[in-house]
Amino acid sequence: MGMTMTQKILATHAGVDYVSAGDLIEVNLDLVLGNDITAPVAIKEMDKLDSKQVFDKDKIALVPDHFTPNKDIKSAENCKCMREFAMDNDISNYFEIGEMGIEHALLPEKGLVVAGDVVIGADSHTCTYGALGAFSTGVGSTDMAAGMATGKAWFKVPSAIRFMLTGKPEKWVSGKDIILHIIGMIGVDGARYQSMEFVGDGVMNLTMDDRFTIANMAIEAGAKNGIFPVDEKTIEYINDHSTKAYTVYEADEDAEYEKTYVIDLSKIKPTVAFPHLPENTHTIDQIEDIKIDQVVIGSCTNGRIDDLRAAAKVLEGRRVAKGMRAIIFPATQNIYLQAIEEGLITTFINAGAIVSTPTCGPCLGGHMGVLAAGERAVSTTNRNFVGRMGHVESEIYLASPAVAAASAITGKISGPEELGL
Amino acid sequence: MKAKGIVHRYGDNIDTDVIIPARYLNTSDPKELAEKCMIDIDKDFASRVRTGDIIVAGKNFGCGSSREHAPIAIKASGISCVIADTFARIFYRNSINIGLAIIESHEAAKDIEAGDEVEVDFDRGIIYNLTKNKTYKGQAFPEFMQRIIKAEGLINYINSK
Ligand code: SF4
Repeated sequence: MGMTMTQKILATHAGVDYVSAGDLIEVNLDLVLGNDITAPVAIKEMDKLDSKQVFDKDKIALVPDHFTPNKDIKSAENCKCMREFAMDNDISNYFEIGEMGIEHALLPEKGLVVAGDVVIGADSHTCTYGALGAFSTGVGSTDMAAGMATGKAWFKVPSAIRFMLTGKPEKWVSGKDIILHIIGMIGVDGARYQSMEFVGDGVMNLTMDDRFTIANMAIEAGAKNGIFPVDEKTIEYINDHSTKAYTVYEADEDAEYEKTYVIDLSKIKPTVAFPHLPENTHTIDQIEDIKIDQVVIGSCTNGRIDDLRAAAKVLEGRRVAKGMRAIIFPATQNIYLQAIEEGLITTFINAGAIVSTPTCGPCLGGHMGVLAAGERAVSTTNRNFVGRMGHVESEIYLASPAVAAASAITGKISGPEELGL
Repeated sequence: MKAKGIVHRYGDNIDTDVIIPARYLNTSDPKELAEKCMIDIDKDFASRVRTGDIIVAGKNFGCGSSREHAPIAIKASGISCVIADTFARIFYRNSINIGLAIIESHEAAKDIEAGDEVEVDFDRGIIYNLTKNKTYKGQAFPEFMQRIIKAEGLINYINSK
């Protein structure tokens, strides 16, 4: 029996020729990630270890992105704890807020993850790097502590679901619509403990930013990881961002999949997930008037340059509805800068939106756009759980940047077509 | 290893944002986290829960964010065990790593009601409903995880190697 792409990467990192689903293995890690919420817990755990040394100061990434710039005193204490740990241990990949970004946009951009890597991060959206053909998965703080100290982690080898993508998405259909469509189809535990492997001709019609968005939300289907094959676009991205050596893995022809779904990308419509689960999806044409109070465009799911460009195309020359708060946060300093150079930020401000420094901020109801009771937001983030962006009686509708931008203009959930675009 | 207590009952897809909302994540102090545990879905949980109590829930318990604060908050609130139809992957892993007892059982998750008194025998993977006088089979841990649990968490396990 052959191996899936994920299984092959895991086998190599476990130092064995072959693994099969269900095997418990210990693998060597190429990178261990933590943020200002999870790293302080890991640092405390690491302190309980007999050996308090980090395994490799160049293979740990620490990113203060959640409650930064420090939103209150407690957050400041957490960031201080992480910063001191980074300095004491001479961690090369510690990113202070001036060079910062949301971790899952930042790490690929800094070239810290390449094809074939195994990465764990104490953040569930660590699965994002599957877009690069790497195995990456979210873990908790104790796993992060053990990873920082030993350079290893234990895994149960996952089985896989294969998503065979064909065709080309229509205008205004992006990676976000594709992954929301898939989650709507298989449910929030549809891929629990499994790999989601995306294959097929349709992959080449997806930009790297589309792929990051799709892999990012694999966790919203309960998956252990989401992974894309490595093609020319991946190699180009890696060469543009990294000097690290990469390895291309391909699934065996006789690899075993628990299920295969064939998805024609040309049939997918702009999709919105209603409160309070990402699986409650509706296509834009089925949605009646739903008035909204706030639009959020950004996050590790949709804060990349493609996303900002899509939003700008919709907002260009228009004004957000009266009483609407439109908040746009580029995912990294580089993306921010690029958006300035391309004139996107001017477009946003002229349209009546605000632009924030890169931060997780509103995505997790931290700061910079918390919702009041009864308020509704259309957000390009990844979770619409009860209370995720603020009051327990607020509501979040997940959508693409294009839909979010159009909704900001009309004041209700709308696709760009409603604006004649 | 055994747990015994009164049941707090929840449904499917209880995510880590309702177990401990992100707005309280500016601390990692277990006691402070316990005070806010379940606040968005069950306001009085923190004041009602007694040491030894048990949570019973449906499928995909602990889905969402990887925050270890979620099992930490549950453990610090005094809960001795979480029984669910299924657990989300990262929550499952985190619970083992910090030594919060959890067990998957489809039958138990379906049948047990709020207020029932329940006893869990982890060594045998059996759940007793003392109120209803019923027995359910749970899923035992693989041996590798039992070793981590016996060492009372991953950190001790590494130290003992
Ligand atoms: S942007 Fe949101 S989902 Fe992404 S890492 Fe930050 S808090 Fe998590």
